[in-house]
Amino acid sequence: MAEHGVSNRTAYVHGIALWAPRLPGWNAAAPVLRGAAAAPEQTAPRPAATLLAPTERRRAPDTVAIALEVAARACESAGADPKETASVFASAHGDLAINDYMSDTLARTPTLISPIRFHNSVHNAAAGYWSIGTGSLQPYTALTAYEDTFGEGLLEALAQAESSGRPTLLVAYDIEARGPLATIVTSRGIIGVGVVVAPHAGLNPLARLRWGTVRGTAGTASQTRNSELMAGSPMAACLPFVEAMAIEEMCMVGLRLSPTLLLQMQFDFPSRHEGNWP
Amino acid sequence: MSPLCITGYSVACAAGIGVQSLTASLRDRRTGLRPNDFTDAPLNTWIGRVPGLEDMALPPGLGEWECRNSRLAWLALQCDGFFERALAAIDRYGTDRVALVVGTSTSSIGATEEAYRRLLPNGLYPEDLRRSIVHTPHSLGDFVRAALGLEGIAVTVGTACSSSAKVFAQAERLIRLGLADAAVVGGVDSLCGSVLFGFNSLDLVSPEPCRPFDVGRRGISIGEAGGFALLERDGERGPWLLGCGESSDAHHMSTPHPEGLGARLAIEQALSRAALQPGSVDYINLHGTASQRNDEVEARVVTRLFPPATLASSTKGWTGHALGAAGIVEAVITFIAMQTDLAPGTLNAQHLDPFCGPQVIVDNQATDIRIALSNSFGFGGSNCALLFGKYRDG
Repeated sequence: MAEHGVSNRTAYVHGIALWAPRLPGWNAAAPVLRGAAAAPEQTAPRPAATLLAPTERRRAPDTVAIALEVAARACESAGADPKETASVFASAHGDLAINDYMSDTLARTPTLISPIRFHNSVHNAAAGYWSIGTGSLQPYTALTAYEDTFGEGLLEALAQAESSGRPTLLVAYDIEARGPLATIVTSRGIIGVGVVVAPHAGLNPLARLRWGTVRGTAGTASQTRNSELMAGSPMAACLPFVEAMAIEEMCMVGLRLSPTLLLQMQFDFPSRHEGNWP
Repeated sequence: MSPLCITGYSVACAAGIGVQSLTASLRDRRTGLRPNDFTDAPLNTWIGRVPGLEDMALPPGLGEWECRNSRLAWLALQCDGFFERALAAIDRYGTDRVALVVGTSTSSIGATEEAYRRLLPNGLYPEDLRRSIVHTPHSLGDFVRAALGLEGIAVTVGTACSSSAKVFAQAERLIRLGLADAAVVGGVDSLCGSVLFGFNSLDLVSPEPCRPFDVGRRGISIGEAGGFALLERDGERGPWLLGCGESSDAHHMSTPHPEGLGARLAIEQALSRAALQPGSVDYINLHGTASQRNDEVEARVVTRLFPPATLASSTKGWTGHALGAAGIVEAVITFIAMQTDLAPGTLNAQHLDPFCGPQVIVDNQATDIRIALSNSFGFGGSNCALLFGKYRDG
């Protein structure tokens, strides 16, 4: 039986973005995540999907609006050209609001399903809009792994980056459950995370990761001090990662891939070494 | 890329439950399509329905995942000795060294639709459907993980109709990088109101059995299907995965790029990663949905890229369009074509659209098939091309 590699692979985080109702954007979120500021009590309005034409922007589903926002901000932060960047879109539940609409309409008037809502119901709708809006012919994928979606999505982005030798964009997001579906599926708030990872340092990396998969366990619900800011969202699983990025100190983070397998990452930061990696 | 051996595969679709049964349907040109008898509200179309799913039961211990999609997944796992082969591989490599990457378009949304039809007066789900896992898209991956006792990487890919083709590309990366030693890939999509009435809302469903590439084609016939493949670095005999290509159209959510730009990029990447020329491809299983736009664009791409000697066909006249499971079903059909040296034709097509080049065949044709390509294109402009070989060295 082959053993899992301990953190023996290297990747660099080139860009990061975060949006949650009380953490609207990385610049607002980072001081909160590192404990230097309190989160605002007010929740921010949903981000505008500025990548889309004004008519499409208004009717863009929440999944599309949040995904396009963090995708664009992460690419900006990395200085990455979306046209040259493959992407991994990860969402535990997909568009819960459209699923509620589809199931409700099917139960009442099935022949009146809206064609636009139907094509927006696919799990890769946000990815499709991103590719169309940026004109990117690079491949994207769209995946889910339920409570382990953030970890599996990040693993796939790291694997793509290592495999292609190029930067890869992770866009992870979930939205609020609606209607009767909300009595069964727990998903609260609109939350999105964007990360650009690459196999080489480039000009200005934010962090270096030594990563690998290791046997081990971790809870599914994040138990960090910021948990309440993402309570009830499957995307709360991103907290250990975004906190490490905000705190900028050497640390080890394990994200769950399965009940007994972790994506383990040792974080290191150039600012700690005046730009010279040890 | 280094070829991967496909050491086991299975299929369950309207045209056959198991490889043997599907092989016979392909040979005898027997369609699995029938008039829609699935929806309560009338919908004038033909469907590929897998018989007997309603009466199936999941084994004890898997009741939490009970739904039509899981039953179809279980049926496909049991076909062709796949379950035993997968368990043997898991035993060899370890429960967390065999990755699971499966694709679906709608997963078990049929269970959510049913819950909404049967909502209690207080607005709550009926008790038998209060199982959160069947109301979320990872339902498929989670079920297969539980059924096989896997403990490693387990992902459900949802890129619409390219889903269960892209799983091969993802699994190939994981194995190449040493993140897994083997992978179970595949896909399952079951009939549900969302896709039948959804495609109907886009005027894409055909009132007659679909006729891919026919000049008078009237749209798609939706089918349900499941299938799996086991990928390993080596094996005693093929088929082999020789190359994969993935791209995006960057054009439109529900219609393909008019010049087939993304489709061409995916095919060229698959060829390039296999270090093969278009002239080496003996047979192409086309996406060929029988929608106006897909077939026109795809036919043009094939005419431009491939020599006249390459044979190409769509097999959706047998199976219907299995959406997120189309990739795996058509991968298995290319394995059958290589195994039997019989290129299936394009069932139900009579008068080919003039856009078709000499590659597109209507009748079945016996020929040596050593290298075969399978195309899958999805909503949101997601394209995937897979190149398979009868032999490792192409």
